[in-house]
Amino acid sequence: MSSSLAIETKDLGRIYKLRGSKKETRKELVALEGVSLTVERGELFGLLGPNGAGKTTLIKILTTLLSPTSGWARVAGADVNAEPESVRPRINMVSGGESSGYGLLTVRENLWMFSQFYGVPSKEANERIEALLEMVGMKDRMHTKSSDLSTGLRQKMNIVRGFLTEPEVLFLDEPTLGLDVGAMRDVRRFILEWLKADKERTLLLTTHYMMEADELCDRVAIINKGKVLACDKPSVLKQRLQKDALFEIEVSPLNGLTQQMLVDQPEVTKAAISETETGAKLSLSLVEESALARVINLFTQKDVKVMNLSKREPTLEDVFVDLVGRSMAEEESNGSSE
Amino acid sequence: MEAVSKKYSHKATGWRLFLKTIIARAYPRIIGQQREISWMVFEVVMPMLAVISYVFVYRALNAPEEYIGFVVMGGAMTAFWMNILWSMSSQLYWEKEQGNLALYIMAPNSMMAILLGMALGGMLATAMRAIAVTLLGMLMFGVTFTVSSYLQLFLVFMLAMVALYGMGMMMASAFLMFGREAWHMANLAQEPIFLASGFYFPIKSLPFWVAAGASVIPLTLGMDAMRQLIFPTGFQFGFMTVQLEIYILAALSVVFLVTAKFLLARVEKLAVREGRITESRR
Repeated sequence: MSSSLAIETKDLGRIYKLRGSKKETRKELVALEGVSLTVERGELFGLLGPNGAGKTTLIKILTTLLSPTSGWARVAGADVNAEPESVRPRINMVSGGESSGYGLLTVRENLWMFSQFYGVPSKEANERIEALLEMVGMKDRMHTKSSDLSTGLRQKMNIVRGFLTEPEVLFLDEPTLGLDVGAMRDVRRFILEWLKADKERTLLLTTHYMMEADELCDRVAIINKGKVLACDKPSVLKQRLQKDALFEIEVSPLNGLTQQMLVDQPEVTKAAISETETGAKLSLSLVEESALARVINLFTQKDVKVMNLSKREPTLEDVFVDLVGRSMAEEESNGSSE
Repeated sequence: MEAVSKKYSHKATGWRLFLKTIIARAYPRIIGQQREISWMVFEVVMPMLAVISYVFVYRALNAPEEYIGFVVMGGAMTAFWMNILWSMSSQLYWEKEQGNLALYIMAPNSMMAILLGMALGGMLATAMRAIAVTLLGMLMFGVTFTVSSYLQLFLVFMLAMVALYGMGMMMASAFLMFGREAWHMANLAQEPIFLASGFYFPIKSLPFWVAAGASVIPLTLGMDAMRQLIFPTGFQFGFMTVQLEIYILAALSVVFLVTAKFLLARVEKLAVREGRITESRR
């Protein structure tokens, strides 16, 4: 890989033609639009966005599984559309919740089989499988049939499959989806160790877990409705909100207090209400801290009791809300109802 | 940590990668056979029931004794046809559902090697079932075989297998492209093919054009030639000469393998262009 860039895309777009009944005219769905990104070698790059944002479409294009309808993309120095045979030996991909492999084969046999498709010498593949399984805490399950594995263990096996072939660029599409907290922690630790071991390795991670992106990624692109809205280091993205004071307030009861009433207060820039078992949790973004007094005054007028109040640092979730105007959960539910 | 920092000494490319892929993809089929003995019982017992019923019918009709041997051989070869129709043909479809197809396409190996691996694994696993049916038939009905030419027998069997599994590879791509429609077609064709291909009787008994049409299925001519080669009076029941059948089987092998390669390339192209072929419906 001669270029310092592991991944480069320019005005990348993908339109799906949706199939309806024969009489209907074919509808089009814009999954990606004008995506221009660069990922340096050795970088852990995150793609952050709600379900249906276009993350998986982008990964499919970069892994040569889907051709773009506009623009171009290069991975490991080769054009994904024109030279897939140059890209394929240098990449691998793991998707969250995938059920690849064969249930009748053991973990070791499944991993060995996939390593052979990349031409890895059998003996070395078996040594590496053992070592990698030990790293993810699965060595004792090496001879277990994969059909007998739990979801978490199966996902760990898939993750080992991706790392086993020594890819220059690895794509992880929601790798921790459906995993319990312990397994998530193991996977994240393993990812960081793998990257640290060789500065030439590049990893592109898609996730809709903000914490995961914040904790792992060198840079993050926030993607929604097929467009990249922002791309920078998590700390830089969060800095754009640093000027606002962010508060989380637990109240009980709500007594008809609405989001609009909060936003209507001078110096309240954003407000979100999520109901809880005991009342509601409010997330407020204020121009300055002194504005809090006016909000509390509103609570008193509405007879809303404050149970807990805390000031917090901005997160990537706040960045997403700032860019899109809605939380990621709201965006997902809105997207699914559309 | 050393495990993730050490580089592999080399990675196979070209024909070495092709061979590695074939062996690796054949492995699950061969191992699966050993781990699921119940399949073996099911796939030996069912064809044997058909063999037994035909044997009793032929004996009741005082048919020539050679027919008993024909039926046993047909029963053994049924295993290969069932393997093609219900396993090999739908394999790529199931690989898609499983999530394996995208990984196969994304890997640097050739998809043709994947299909050949499936075929080789299926063939070896099914050969065990075919041998079991043959041995049971020999034991139960005292069938004996007298091979007139081992070389020709080997050639006929191998060509029939290559052509048959080439056909299976071709059908695998077709099933993936046409999905449910192809499934229905295969279902529809199952019984007529059993009849026309002469699994349980020599196809010479059929009208010429029916037998000629059925010869597109490689097992039809394969079985006809093998019957002529392993039963002393088999040539009397032969549809064509063994030599001619060898030529036709060789031609069918080429046609099916080339078509399979063409269809596979088309499937891969469609998959990348439309993005739906590798998509699991689950």
